[in-house]
Amino acid sequence: MSTDEVVLLDFWVSPFCLRAKIALAEKGVAFVEQEEDLFGGKSELLLKSNPVYQKVPVLLHNGKPMCESTIIVHYIDETWPSPPLLPTCPYERARARFWADFIDKKVFEAGGKTWQSKGEEKEVAKKEFLEILKVLEGALGEKDYFGGDSFGFVDIIAIPLTSWFDSCEKFGLFKIEEHCPKFSAWMKRCLKRETVAKVLPNPEKVLEFVTSMRKMHGVE
Amino acid sequence: MADEVILLNFWPSVFGMRIRIALAEKGIEYEYREEDLWNKSPLLLKMNPVHKKIPVLIHNGKPICESLIAVQYIDEVWKDKSPFFPSDPYERAQARFWADYVDKKMYSIGRTVWTTKGEEQEAAKKELIEMLKVLEGELGDKAYFGGENFGYIDIALIPFYSRFYTLETFGNFSIEAECPKLMGWAKRCHKRESVSNSLPDFHEVYDFVVQLNKRLGIS
Repeated sequence: MSTDEVVLLDFWVSPFCLRAKIALAEKGVAFVEQEEDLFGGKSELLLKSNPVYQKVPVLLHNGKPMCESTIIVHYIDETWPSPPLLPTCPYERARARFWADFIDKKVFEAGGKTWQSKGEEKEVAKKEFLEILKVLEGALGEKDYFGGDSFGFVDIIAIPLTSWFDSCEKFGLFKIEEHCPKFSAWMKRCLKRETVAKVLPNPEKVLEFVTSMRKMHGVE
Repeated sequence: MADEVILLNFWPSVFGMRIRIALAEKGIEYEYREEDLWNKSPLLLKMNPVHKKIPVLIHNGKPICESLIAVQYIDEVWKDKSPFFPSDPYERAQARFWADYVDKKMYSIGRTVWTTKGEEQEAAKKELIEMLKVLEGELGDKAYFGGENFGYIDIALIPFYSRFYTLETFGNFSIEAECPKLMGWAKRCHKRESVSNSLPDFHEVYDFVVQLNKRLGIS
């Protein structure tokens, strides 16, 4: 019987935390969620476990901390090998890492600009965001998931970010389905998975959160 | 069947150096192709259509882009010699974390030091020194970041040693004075053939940056 202690320092709306939750769920690993109050005061444990960035998520496995969501997902995949999230072939692994890196570099920031900006800036942001999704559509091709037939690493890196897309669409004034139907179909496919559906936050609550962020940024 | 390995690169690129070092550590023969970044080859544009950047590793016709991804690929394909990663998953996560830390900011902060002046440059210089001190803390008293063996974090960071002279000259400070242990580590790494053969002459890099600034209209 496993006596693993797995704790996730979390913030409910963070898509980065969601990546870890989905990966752990895919592996059937039980864990404790510890919600952090990022605006009120970060816990001592968070500051001690992630002194460099002081951010969530942090995964603590038997007390040892790991930071940065993509690195955490790698760790989860290596520590609990079944079912595998990354392919076995080195070239396909490199491809998966490439797309995870592309998503990490581009999607959240571009999405953020669509709900943070006004007027002409918003139009530019919308165009940029949709172009990024089109590139991802190209990577997806005719496949069900980014890795092929099975839900895997890149899907886990990408799908949590989509929990903010309702807000991007509402404030950016566009519909992803109209511009990127394949990407939209992939989103719906992933949302049917229990491991994803169970952890993604309520879209209305995310919208409320983004609305309050807009006020904070002086956009509302 | 003989492997065909090609590296599309630009000689001052710290990212390209990572791949050169990794290939050298594994003893892999490859064809080196210098790119003119103001006139990118059709091969580069075809092999990296998303970012259109160097370095690109091409193995038997298949491209691998992004330097750290290529270094991991090299480690996984040629796994019987000189492993870059420890075997323990927690230690591997730490290695990834520190390489990612270097990747996040080192280049952009460094670039600010050699392309700006005044307050902006001072702020960047301060941030750079802080970063180097954090890395020095992580190194501790170890010979290499991975311990006794040269590994992933060392490969990720050592190419920036080729920019130290440039940073010190533009920023008017001494990295040795600020981070003596880190300099000790850098010199230790530079004694390795894989590193000394992959890093360009430091003065040539400085001259290149001066010329580049002129070309970009940065005084």
